[in-house]
Amino acid sequence: MTRARRALVIAALALCAPAAGRAQDPAAGVGGARADSIRADSILEVRTRALAAELRCAVCQGISIEESPSALAREMRELVKEQLRAGRTSDEVKEYFVAAYGEWILLSPKPHGLNLLLYVAPALLLLGGIAFIVVLVRRWTAPAPSAGPPAV
Amino acid sequence: MNWKRSLAAAAFAVPVIGLLAWGMTRDPKFIPSPLPGREAPTFALEIFAAGEHPIARPVGDTIALAAHRGQVVVVNFWASWCLACRDEHADLSQTALTYAGKPVQFVGVLYQDQVDPATRWIAQMGGQSYPSVTDPRSRAAIGYGLYGVPETFIVGPDGRVAHKQTGPITARKLTQVVDSLLGTLGTLGTLRKPGTAAGPTP
Repeated sequence: MTRARRALVIAALALCAPAAGRAQDPAAGVGGARADSIRADSILEVRTRALAAELRCAVCQGISIEESPSALAREMRELVKEQLRAGRTSDEVKEYFVAAYGEWILLSPKPHGLNLLLYVAPALLLLGGIAFIVVLVRRWTAPAPSAGPPAV
Repeated sequence: MNWKRSLAAAAFAVPVIGLLAWGMTRDPKFIPSPLPGREAPTFALEIFAAGEHPIARPVGDTIALAAHRGQVVVVNFWASWCLACRDEHADLSQTALTYAGKPVQFVGVLYQDQVDPATRWIAQMGGQSYPSVTDPRSRAAIGYGLYGVPETFIVGPDGRVAHKQTGPITARKLTQVVDSLLGTLGTLGTLRKPGTAAGPTP
């Protein structure tokens, strides 16, 4: 019978626990306040993740602190969250990390100065390649001049 | 015209090869720190290892960077699991003693480690002359842009980072940088004895 009694006690505790919790929670009556705080928490979580994905893990190779399981990356994620919670903007948090680590900490470099080359060069190379192919194709498909074989 | 084509190919290839060759001369793991020349990030951390006479500080006391304005502060990040920290340990410990009585504070900051293994490590290494502090949640380490240990930052009397050393530091380098910073102090230096500097408690 002890097993049955134990089960009863557990069931009773399970029933009481939420009630006790509710009794202690002043916001319980106001469903809206609780929902708001949950929403604020999830917004903070989303912002933290988005920002963490932009910051390089200092002890890894080319991955963000969002992806890294390392202890330092975890501390950095916590710090990001803490600063966002304290009301800092994403840019201010980024600036904090840039001040400590340099722009190296940003996975996508800021588009200014020599960095602009990184953003412009792929487009320029693509355009150059297309132009090169167009010129070649035109030359290949051009009707052969009547005098002599085409020069190679 | 064949030579024209060769010239065009060379004009394209030479800069690319040049760029790659230049890349080969660089250390891909080297990360330039923005800190030297800038105000050193502040910290106030609790001592877990006192150090040795005459530059010991009581365990449980706080070392706050702000309290050492006007002095040279050598901040060495280390860990008991760090092999390279063993290489520099004797140099740091002995050099710190040579500056006893001068306005120089050496401080070890424990990085991603626990007090117990760190204390054992100090004992194994035959002691550490200067105090070491804990850095909960690596806040100081992140503030200093740490990406490995050992790293040493030498902060000048003006509160700016004068030198950053990635990897083990030598007695020679320490002496060179600290001496030159003490030189800037000149006669203006308020010769506060390390250990007696009581800063504002945070």
